[in-house]
Amino acid sequence: MTTESTAQPAASRKKSVRPVKSKRTKAEARLGWWLAGPAFFIMIAVIFYPLMQALWDSLFSYRLTAPDDREFVGLSNYLTILTDSVWWSGFAVTVLITVVTVAVELVLGFALALVMHKAITSTRGFVRTVILVPYGIVTVVSAYAWYYMFSIDSGYMNNWMGWVPGVDSDLNWFAQAGSALTVIMLSEIWKTTPFISLLLLAGLAQVPEELSEAAAVDGATWRQRLWKVILPNMKAAIMVAVLFRALDAFRIFDAVFIMTNGDYGTEVLSLLAYRTSIVRLEIGLGSAVSVLLFLCVALLAFIAVKVFKVDLARGQGGKS
Amino acid sequence: MVAGWWILTAFITVWCLFPVASILTTSFKTPGDLSNNQFLPTSWSTMNYEEIITGASRELFLTALWNSIGISVIATFIAVVLATLCAYAIARLNFPGKRVVLTVSLMVSMFPVISLVTPLFNMWRTIGLYDTWLGLIIPYLSLTLPIAIWTLAAFFQQIPWELEQAAQVDGATPLQAFRKVIVPLALPGVFTTAIIAFFIAWNDFVYGMSLTSSEAARTVPAALAFFSGASQFESPTGAISAAAIIVTIPIVILVVLFQRQIVAGLTSGAVKG
Repeated sequence: MTTESTAQPAASRKKSVRPVKSKRTKAEARLGWWLAGPAFFIMIAVIFYPLMQALWDSLFSYRLTAPDDREFVGLSNYLTILTDSVWWSGFAVTVLITVVTVAVELVLGFALALVMHKAITSTRGFVRTVILVPYGIVTVVSAYAWYYMFSIDSGYMNNWMGWVPGVDSDLNWFAQAGSALTVIMLSEIWKTTPFISLLLLAGLAQVPEELSEAAAVDGATWRQRLWKVILPNMKAAIMVAVLFRALDAFRIFDAVFIMTNGDYGTEVLSLLAYRTSIVRLEIGLGSAVSVLLFLCVALLAFIAVKVFKVDLARGQGGKS
Repeated sequence: MVAGWWILTAFITVWCLFPVASILTTSFKTPGDLSNNQFLPTSWSTMNYEEIITGASRELFLTALWNSIGISVIATFIAVVLATLCAYAIARLNFPGKRVVLTVSLMVSMFPVISLVTPLFNMWRTIGLYDTWLGLIIPYLSLTLPIAIWTLAAFFQQIPWELEQAAQVDGATPLQAFRKVIVPLALPGVFTTAIIAFFIAWNDFVYGMSLTSSEAARTVPAALAFFSGASQFESPTGAISAAAIIVTIPIVILVVLFQRQIVAGLTSGAVKG
């Protein structure tokens, strides 16, 4: 939008001075849209049309088990959801998962990025390959892997923990709220820390080496250099990593579905939306849950971008 | 110092590969071993692999594998072609609305997939795309297009485009200059983007679960959730593990072969701030 309003006067000014150039600008703009248009319109069609549909459906009392009883109910679906404790406990669990996993991943991911950055050349390729493996693994597979490890029927974690004195080795991990959530978060952390560490690796590469060296010469300890030189210089990378992972964690579905199916205090918002629409076929109510979830994510994105003042489109606009 | 690095490397290796090793050993267990709570099987057996490749779960697994490969490859191909054109325009041309395109793709990548599932479920049932390949390929584009556009745009901006003109000055036609100079420079980026987009499509679970109902289009992640084992009383743990290993092998091969490019692609995408 801003580009259009600033580009317009520039183009017309050029027109009055040098008409030849203006013709080229116009042709370039047309070519630009011919090339970018298909991708742009597909994204719009796949996202915005269904979103509008969901908004519309959410205003109706509409279930697929009785499709003829479609009746306009206004905002009453939203009222039903927001006065239901299920929504609020789902919200709390989702926020908890997001905060814990992103915090842990940030620390772990930074450590891994440092290792990748400083790794002696003989192991660098190997370390990078190994770190990429969890990222490449299908989430459902990783969820099963962690589930089987801790499962009381087939897992060996309890067995191994029996060696540690004072640990309850009969714990049924997936039948209690806290422990089930712990394993779910462990699997998420295992799977997505590589993503964070790769973004932070790129951030590390942008820290001017001379700055850190100069600080070292001046007698700064490693910890001082970390807080005063390295971290401030990779602020953008950290913000982008946190933003993307937080949005991703807020949409968590696969791991919860596989491990507990939302039981034992692990019902997250995505699962609530899925269960309401696709399992119980309450399309009106489910659409309202979906719209609310979308609003949460959009709000999260908005706050993140505002608070962190990260202009994600900057540096991508090329010559403009 | 060097010894420290080796210990650290060993530690990272164990952390990253342990769950995979765990699934691997489980996949070789006999039904009796599945409940003895040990890491290693007492006797190594390939019966789980036999069950999903030639045995009772054959239909379920192999059709899902075929669906996953076909749908992911087609979605990746379409996304990469469209994103390449789009990213080229963003990197090379000045046109009004360029930022709009980037902003929209950013918004799309932030979108909660589950919010689209209900309307798509309804629409696809109405127009007959429910439980078809196309019914998954279209939503997969919403997952693969944004990241492909961002990665490629970042990549294309680093290409020294002046080389193209230099080649033309040296007597090449514009097409020759583009083909001989730009294409070889751009190809690794396009290729990396394709691998990342393929990972993402291959990984999807929510669409695969919600927009399919039969073997006509059910993908591997969704099929894994539907595995019920050879009989009602037999735990499907072994078969699921074997299937999980089979779908993991191609990804691990891709990672090992292309780790350098994948790292470059992922890091160049978002962080330029």
